[in-house]
Order: sequence, then structure tokens, then C-alpha cells
Amino acid sequence: MNLILFIFIVLLGFTSYYFGRKKAYTIQSTKKRLTALPQFYGYYLAIWCAIPAFIIFSLWAIFEPTIVKLLILSDYSNQGYLDDELNLIYEKTKALSRGQFTGEITPFIDASAEKYLSLRSIAQSSKVVIVLSAIIASVAYAYKRISSNSRTREPVEKFLNAVLFTASLAAILTTVGIVFSLIFQTIDFFKVIPLFDFVFGTHWYPAKAFVRDSSEALDPTMYSDTFGAVPIFAGTFFIAFIAMCVAIPIGLMSGIYLAEYASAKVRQYAKPLIEILAGIPTVVYGFFAALTVGPFLKELGTSMGLEVSAESALAAGGVMGIMIIPFISSLSDDVITSVPQSLRDGSYAMGATKSETIKRVIFPAALPGIVGSILLGVSRAIGETMIVVMASGLAANLTLNPLESTSTITAQIVVILIGDQAFGDPKTQAAFALGMSLFLVTLCLNIVALRVVKKYREKYE
Amino acid sequence: MIKIKAKDVDVFYGKKQALFNISLDIEENQVTALIGPSGCGKSTFLRCLNRMNDVIDICSVKGEILINDFNINDKSCDVVRLREKIGMVFQKPNPFPKTLYENVSYGPTIHGMAQSKQEMDEIVETSLKKAALWEEVKDRLHEPGTGLSGGQQQRLCIARAISVRPEVILMDEPCSALDPIATAQIEELIDELKKEHTIIIVTHSMAQAARVSQNTGFFHLGQLIEHGSTDKIFKNPDNTKTQDYITGRFG
Repeated sequence: MNLILFIFIVLLGFTSYYFGRKKAYTIQSTKKRLTALPQFYGYYLAIWCAIPAFIIFSLWAIFEPTIVKLLILSDYSNQGYLDDELNLIYEKTKALSRGQFTGEITPFIDASAEKYLSLRSIAQSSKVVIVLSAIIASVAYAYKRISSNSRTREPVEKFLNAVLFTASLAAILTTVGIVFSLIFQTIDFFKVIPLFDFVFGTHWYPAKAFVRDSSEALDPTMYSDTFGAVPIFAGTFFIAFIAMCVAIPIGLMSGIYLAEYASAKVRQYAKPLIEILAGIPTVVYGFFAALTVGPFLKELGTSMGLEVSAESALAAGGVMGIMIIPFISSLSDDVITSVPQSLRDGSYAMGATKSETIKRVIFPAALPGIVGSILLGVSRAIGETMIVVMASGLAANLTLNPLESTSTITAQIVVILIGDQAFGDPKTQAAFALGMSLFLVTLCLNIVALRVVKKYREKYE
Repeated sequence: MIKIKAKDVDVFYGKKQALFNISLDIEENQVTALIGPSGCGKSTFLRCLNRMNDVIDICSVKGEILINDFNINDKSCDVVRLREKIGMVFQKPNPFPKTLYENVSYGPTIHGMAQSKQEMDEIVETSLKKAALWEEVKDRLHEPGTGLSGGQQQRLCIARAISVRPEVILMDEPCSALDPIATAQIEELIDELKKEHTIIIVTHSMAQAARVSQNTGFFHLGQLIEHGSTDKIFKNPDNTKTQDYITGRFG
């Protein structure tokens, strides 16, 4: 029903556009000069159609459920029901009206459901009537008003401005909402687990929190030595470090090769091939790391007399590095290519060789962009989940030995949230605390990246 | 004395021929101006003289260019040494994104011309003095070169070019991006520089060619129509096309 109404309103919008433009043409044919192009008259009318429809729809969406509920529950007032019971009755009524109620049907509820259905259908048909009459009234009003010297261009531009503003506002509000939900859950978590224990504790063992029976009272002391985040922060940065050790040199060098040395033909094929690496799903990298690289490193280590865990930080970090190569190579290729040719010419004309030119002129000029691409790679590495979950193990060891298994923030969030979760439980809230810290780390990285880039820009532009 | 001798130079961009059979002698310690309408091959010819056309993949150069009686198109020619001897200043000032000091010391560094910091300081100072920029920038040698005004940037590029004491300086419309005052400064500088360097300047301004040069070559559609002393070309050219261009009837 709503869909049909919506389509009808869209059709009405097109019709009003058509009539608005037509009226403009009529005015034009009487040799009067218009204040705007005829299309603007059309858009103007279409907006007059869209705005009332939008307002009424939103008002309806907000108030209809509340009003219906009030009307239904008015039958039960003065009968001494508690609020919770009233809510339950209302839920039962709704379920019954949808035919999804499975319990015992009392005559009361049956009557309520009947009433509910009739109220809904009244609401629905009155909505149709009100929306359509409002649209027709407003469009007719606007249609009468437009004349050769009425302003149509400005309102249309303003409307577009408002639409675009709303779109960006939606994105911003979502971000703010996510951050706030993180903050509140994190605060709850730190009410049970002291901040100090989380930041400086060296034992991360959330499995211990599984044993609590939910009927038991929350006893903070049982969580001591459970949520110490140092090992997983260390693991995160350690694996990211290994990844960057792989990705930065290879990515940068291949970027420089593509931008400066490769012939147009090689570049034409090589660049998309490298970028394919970026299109491989991380879960594929994950089992590649877990099933191929990990065992290979283990065997290699054994043959050299080293003890290598099958799930090692080295395997996860190395594969993650390969995943990040295309980001760094492609982005640095772009920034190097965008260094003006005049700088290259200037350097060559001084008798510099290609490598001298790259090292002394092009690289410094491209540095802000290159630093940006590296920091982007770092935040990818820190936020990467799948490879670590599959290849690096889930036990949070505090170690700096790349041959042992270790774990990261993202992997621990996965561990905590897989399976059944109890809301309001420290174990679940730990995920929010971890998410919050991850968010803070990447935020800081981004701020640093922007600072660095800006500093170099100021210096060299 | 003749410094550069071009013999039957043809230049191709892919299949398109850009220069036809150019033969031109350049006098030592004089200013030679190359004039002509846009796209007629002046800059292309200029770029042949320090093999800058090597940078363009599809460009090929045929013919002989003798500098000090040595053919620079010969396989045995070392481009690095050649460009050390033949400096170039471009149309748009292109200082490197480095400090003033690093801009000027760039050439001497890559050619290993200074043994110590003092020597390098001296080279930088003399180059900037010769480029008539020293007084304006001596207190801010360690600020970025890109912070200067357009005219100062171009003089910085000239200082960069002369820092390796080249025998020849090629200038590709060095004043086209500058205002009249900066242009006058550069022209004055060119006059000064010709005492120690041979200068070849591509210019769109005939007035500029008349002011700064002793010899002029007129290019049209990839051909060298006429060349000779600037006096003769401007007052009494042999070719009617030259006459027409000089008097502004086309171009």
C-alpha cells in the first residue's frame, strides 16, 4: 500500500514538473521574459509536491504507532494493570492481528486485535487522503502563484542545498552515533574493570569470564588479571610492524618502478595486475596464510632447527604485508606521476641521472603523498581482522618473537563476540572497549598523517 | 669563434617530422636568439643541444651536432657530462622543492664539484651573485625556493644552471611567465652572462630578441628560414617570410 502511494506521489511529482514547465512555456509565448529557465519552474512545482508529502509521511511515521497504542490501551485503563502488563497486552494484540500469536486467545485480546486492525486501516486510508489532498493543494497553490516574475531559481537551488546538506549530515550523525555507543559501553566496562588494569595489565584471558553464571552477582575481583590489554596491543602493533616491513619496501619500489622506469606498455599491464591483489578478499589471504605460509614457515624453521609455531605472527604479518602492497604501490605511483614533469626536466638538464633525480627531487616532492599512503597502509594493517584470526592464533601471548603465535585487538573482538553474547556482561563490553581503543589509535594515526602531509605541503608548495 | 655547429638535423616525434634539415652555427660568448611562431620547432631544436629530447620516448634526432668539434649525437657521448657543460633554463621557473641553498648546490653535488662545505658555500654564493639574486636572498638561503616571486624563482633557476659553470646556457622562453620588471632584470643578466657563457635563447618577443641577441635564427614550420646577425635579420632580411614575421604580418 505504502509502496503504491509512494509511486503515485513520484508520478505526481513528474506531473507537476511537466505542468510547471508548461506554464513557463505559456508565459514565454506571451513574449514575457522569464526570471529563470522553464525547467526551474518545473522543479519548483515538483518541490512543492515533495515537501508536504515528506512532512506528512514523517509525522505519520512518528505519531501513528503512539496514537494507535493509546487508543487500544484506553480500553484497559482503570482495570489496575501495570505498565509492563499493558505493554505485553499491546504486543499480544499486534501479534494476533498479524496472525502470529500462538498463546491462548482471550476474548479481550481478540476484541483488541479487531480494533487494532480497524484503527490501522482507518489510519492508512486517512493518510492517503491527507497526503494526496495536501499535495494537490500545495501544488495548485504554487501553480497559481508562479508568474513571469516569480522567483523559482533561488528556491530550487536552496532546496538542492538542503538535500545535499541532509545527506552529509546523515553520514556525520551516523559516525557520532557509533562513537557515542562505543563510549557508553566502554564506560560501563571500566566501571567493572579498572582502567589501570586494562591499560597496563599483561594477562588477556577473556575465556575466564565465560565461567560466570549469569545469576551470580557481578564480582569485580574475579576479573582481576583477565582483561589486561597489553599483550593484544603489543600483538597488534607487532603484526602491523611485520606487515609494514614487507609492504613499504616492496610497495614503494614497485610504485617507483611503475611511475618512472616502466614503459607505457609494461605499466598498462602491471598496474592492474598489482591492483588485483587489492581485490582479493582478506579471507582468502587468511587461509593462504593459515594453510600455506604458516606450515611452510614451520617446516622451514624445523629444518633449520628453529621452533616455529604453525600459527605465527610472521605468517600473518607477512601475508598482511602482501595484502597492503597494492595500496602503497598504487598510491605512491599516483603521487610520483603527479610530480610535475618540469621538475624532472630541471634535474635532467643539470646532468642528473634517473636515480639521482628520483632520490633528490621526485621523492622529496612526492613525500607527503607517500607518507599518506604508508599511514593508510598502517591503519589497514591495524584494522585487518581475517588474516590474523585465521593465521596468528587466538591466544594473546605477550611476545616479540615473530615465530610464536600472538593475537590482535581485532582478532580478540571476534573471539569475544562469536557465539552467544550476554549484553551488559564485562566480556561483551570488553569488545566495545577494544573497539574504542582501536578507533582512538586509527584516529590518532589519521591526525598524524594529516599533520605530516600538511607540514610538507606548506614547506614545498 | 664557433661553439656549436648543427649539421642537417632532423627531429621526429613518432612519425611526424618536427625539424627539417637544420644547419646552424652558434658563436661563442654571444647571445643567439631563436624566433618564430609557436610550434615551429625552436624549443625542439634547443632541446637537441643538450639531448633533452632523450627524455621523450617517441622522439628521435638525426644529423650531427658538434659542440667543441665533438658530435653529441654520437654513441660515445656521455649525457651527464654533456649536460654539465650545457645548462638549461626553462619557460616556467621550476625550482626544486628544496631550500634555496639546496637548489643551487644541486648541480655541484651531483657532479662532485665541491670537496668541502666552504667550497660549496662559495659556489652557491658566486652563482647567486652572478644571477643577481644574492642581495635579495642571502639571509634566507635555507628557506624553500618555491617561496620566491616568479622573477626571483627564474633567477634562482639561472643560478642553479650556472652553478656548474657550463659553457653554454640554453634558455627556453625564460621570461614568458614574468612581468616586465622581472623580464628587464633577466635581460640585463643575460647581457652580463654572455661574457662567460654562450647563450641560446628561444623567445616569442621580437623586441626581446632585438634587445639581447647578437645573432638571430628565424624558424618557421620546422625549418630554419634565415639566420644571421640580429641587426641584419631585423633591418634587412633576405627572406620575405622573415620580413613578414618581423613586421608582424603573421605569426
